[in-house]
Amino acid sequence: MSKTLFDKVWDSHVVHKIKDGPDVLFIDRHMVHEVTSPVAFLGLKQRGIKVLFPEKTFATADHNTPTVNQHLPVKDPLSANQLLALEKNSELHGISYWGLGHEKNGIVHVVGPEYGITQPGATIVCGDSHTSTHGAFGAIAFGIGTSEVEMVLSTQCIMQPKPKKMRITIDGKLSKGVSPKDVALFIISKLSTSGATGYFVEYSGEVFRDMSMEGRMTVCNLSIEMGARGGMIAPDSKTFDYIKNREFTPKNKNWTKAMQYWETLESDQDAVFDKELKFDGELINPMITYGTNPGMGIGISKEIPLAKNQDGGIETYKKSLNYMNFDEGQSMIGKNIDFVFLGSCTNGRIEDFREFTKIIKGRKKASNVTAWLVPGSHQVEKAIKDEGLLDILIESGFELREPGCSACLAMNDDKIPSGKYAVSTSNRNFEGRQGPGSRTLLASPLVAAAAAVTGKITDPRTLY
Amino acid sequence: MAYEKFKILKSNCVPLPIENVDTDQIIPARFLKATERIGFGDNLFRDWRYNSDDTPKKDFVLNNKKFSGKILVGGKNFGSGSSREHAAWSIYDYGFRCVISSFFADIFRGNCLNIGVLPVQVSSGFLDKIFSVVFDDPKSEIIVSLPEQTVTIVKLNISESFEINSYKKENMLNGYDDIDYLMNIKDSIKTFSKTTPL
Repeated sequence: MSKTLFDKVWDSHVVHKIKDGPDVLFIDRHMVHEVTSPVAFLGLKQRGIKVLFPEKTFATADHNTPTVNQHLPVKDPLSANQLLALEKNSELHGISYWGLGHEKNGIVHVVGPEYGITQPGATIVCGDSHTSTHGAFGAIAFGIGTSEVEMVLSTQCIMQPKPKKMRITIDGKLSKGVSPKDVALFIISKLSTSGATGYFVEYSGEVFRDMSMEGRMTVCNLSIEMGARGGMIAPDSKTFDYIKNREFTPKNKNWTKAMQYWETLESDQDAVFDKELKFDGELINPMITYGTNPGMGIGISKEIPLAKNQDGGIETYKKSLNYMNFDEGQSMIGKNIDFVFLGSCTNGRIEDFREFTKIIKGRKKASNVTAWLVPGSHQVEKAIKDEGLLDILIESGFELREPGCSACLAMNDDKIPSGKYAVSTSNRNFEGRQGPGSRTLLASPLVAAAAAVTGKITDPRTLY
Repeated sequence: MAYEKFKILKSNCVPLPIENVDTDQIIPARFLKATERIGFGDNLFRDWRYNSDDTPKKDFVLNNKKFSGKILVGGKNFGSGSSREHAAWSIYDYGFRCVISSFFADIFRGNCLNIGVLPVQVSSGFLDKIFSVVFDDPKSEIIVSLPEQTVTIVKLNISESFEINSYKKENMLNGYDDIDYLMNIKDSIKTFSKTTPL
């Protein structure tokens, strides 16, 4: 029977099927961070059991870490305690731990691919919804809750009903100034934040084939923002070139053997999806959000939609605009902003810094803007320096911080003050997401850079 | 982790007719720093419930004494966003045992089922009826029967059925835990692990 890419990976990992219940799914890679794991480890302690496969489990600290002075002790006692808990739990259970100060430390969804932990055809979970990022490699990757983290630590399995399958095909060439982030924000604006709930998405078509691995990661990362558990892209030569010779990828004979499996990983020609959507890549513009969920996005030169044109939930819509202090019908271009955040598991990779630098080169940071540029990992930080991007940033009046999740969820000190506007390359513009009262405008690194040098919402295509 | 068994719940409810209630609203990230599951109920809907000086916001429903009960009723697409189980914990720890909505985000729904909060999905028409009855008379009761898989608005004497798979239903009726199930098939998991290609 014909199978989709998703079917092939899912079905080959089912240990046991429960009638009118979930499948017991074997997990190849479990990534762990400090925030969603301590209660799970406590559960293991109470049950008197150890992690079943520590070699399939990888821990890093990212959500709660400072992005300045990482060599000093963490000031916030609660944060310090959580980091210490992960360090101790990792040691107790024999898990490799890339904590603060470790050369491999960084955002879990950035370091996983960098070190080759992320591989095609694998099942990957983490107590974080943006685990969907790893789907860029043709893996089934999704976020889980803490009870499930405990489940995977103790049994390397998870119990999940098999999701429905959706394929989103986008053909055509992207216009100049349109980036993977814009493609994702465009899709979410069409589907809404619940349009793919219950589905696992496969992205296909020329637009995704043409994308770099970094770009594919950005798209898959944002799958959760349309409600999908995850998104994936069939692996191709770009994927294999990216992962080859990374620390945790198979070598020599094992590589050849793995390739035999990986090369089967595409949807069969006549495979059936529960839902198919098609868009034209040439119609996508640089995007920006104006509201308090990632579905509230528009082309940057458009006006904020009118409440009466909403499908429903007019009160919720008005509440959202009220929070942002925006009015329906207003143009986004020219609005003043206060902060720019470049980083996160969505756009904290080297390619994102290259894009940002393209715009700011030869210009100066606007005086009304505070910019937080946060690499996704030490490897990204090193590449920024090695490629000479840091010199350009400094020349333009920017500083580089140390790796971590930072202002994406503002668990550390990187909080946008109440009432301030931040153009952010992260993934969520929920009320207070970047700090109580903060107002987030999600956008690509190019749009963020254009805002950083002009101090207002600016179409990056006018700055090339 | 063990939780209270869920059979039949008859209760008043707390209405929150807002759509897309995300997990950052249910529990903001700055309250996720605990290493034990303690005290999350205090910060449920923190920024909607309290001003920045920690005084209660009078117009928020949890601060309105008229409304109480073990059932939270939310607008469409409840629980979207992050996978933080802390959102479900804060709802449970506050005292809710059931959330009714016309649509739930996927991970949130799973997290609720894993910790003993029953997510009940009803039609949007039925949800509107609940809101209107409860706003009209906050003492109105709702009955949620897990064995029958029905939800009833007592005052109107109307019911609707809801979906739950029989495995999860059995778990909630008995307070069972997935890990107990998986520990029982650990040998077959270990055998399976030897056959995986990666």
